[in-house]
Amino acid sequence: MRRLMFLIPLVLFLGLAGWFGVRLKQIDRGDTPDRLPSVMIDKPVPAFDLPPLVDGQPGVASAGLADGKVRLVNFWASWCAPCRSEHSILMRLAGQGVDIRGIDYKDKAADGQAILARDGNPYAAVARDESGRTAIDFGVYGVPETYVIDRQGRIRYRQVGPITPQDLQNRILPLINELSK
Amino acid sequence: MRRVLFTLVLAATLLSGPLARAVQPDEMLSDPAMEARARAISKDLRCLVCQNQSIDDSDAPLARDLRLLLRERLVKGDTDAQAVAFLTDRYGDYVLLRPPVRPATYLLWFGPFALLVVGGGILLWRGRRGSAGAEALAPPLTAEEKAHLAMLMRDEDEGKGRP
Repeated sequence: MRRLMFLIPLVLFLGLAGWFGVRLKQIDRGDTPDRLPSVMIDKPVPAFDLPPLVDGQPGVASAGLADGKVRLVNFWASWCAPCRSEHSILMRLAGQGVDIRGIDYKDKAADGQAILARDGNPYAAVARDESGRTAIDFGVYGVPETYVIDRQGRIRYRQVGPITPQDLQNRILPLINELSK
Repeated sequence: MRRVLFTLVLAATLLSGPLARAVQPDEMLSDPAMEARARAISKDLRCLVCQNQSIDDSDAPLARDLRLLLRERLVKGDTDAQAVAFLTDRYGDYVLLRPPVRPATYLLWFGPFALLVVGGGILLWRGRRGSAGAEALAPPLTAEEKAHLAMLMRDEDEGKGRP
């Protein structure tokens, strides 16, 4: 027993190295330490009714989110740089027929409208949350954040930060497909 | 004169530190007692943007929104606990800078003390075994060993003169 004591540091090292390896793999798949769990998961979307941003499109209200369709709710702003990098992914998703509702967070209406006119509007409807109170009700930390809403209007997934192609392939699209069955 | 001026400036700088706060005058409630409650609560709430500051310290816009929201809740008649629960319902325990004591956080709260007990135990155990084992591990030399040792010592002494 005593003779094997010298192996203890080796065993500790191997254990630690193994754990680091597991975490590296998880982070590779997008499970980073800053991915904070949301307490809103599996809960119905908070009650809200926000006015439209764009002429000719309706606003976004919680009542309309429980009509049997799976949707994304995307919090964004014209002043938010990561939102711009996410924009092309949203456009592609909208092109594939995914229903995305946008909420323009603490933004000037003219700025939000201008950027959608310039870059394209991926949203089936987009609303203004000028006070940011609806975002707080969702538990938003900062834009962009995206929520997957199921047929019953419950929040099933939260994406913190811009949607990356990996997040889309590994998490969001599989979840949308599963919920749409 | 310069020295006095320097001292005064330095003192003013040092003393103004605690006065520089994120809380803006326009956010404050007119009722000082309620404002004091809001300040006390917001010191224990995490700013979710900066994550290591309280919303009382943070200049982030979200922190300001949360401060205003908290004050609104208090004015509406919420108790301190209700106002805090309003935020944990949305942001989870993560908004609390002082995590609640519950089974999931036992390790966090009591882990260091458990480590202290384990470490102290090991030290005590080793210490006791060390002092008790000193004699047990080294029994007195037999006559034969003593003779052998004496011989070795003699050899050593004789060897000293050699090159």
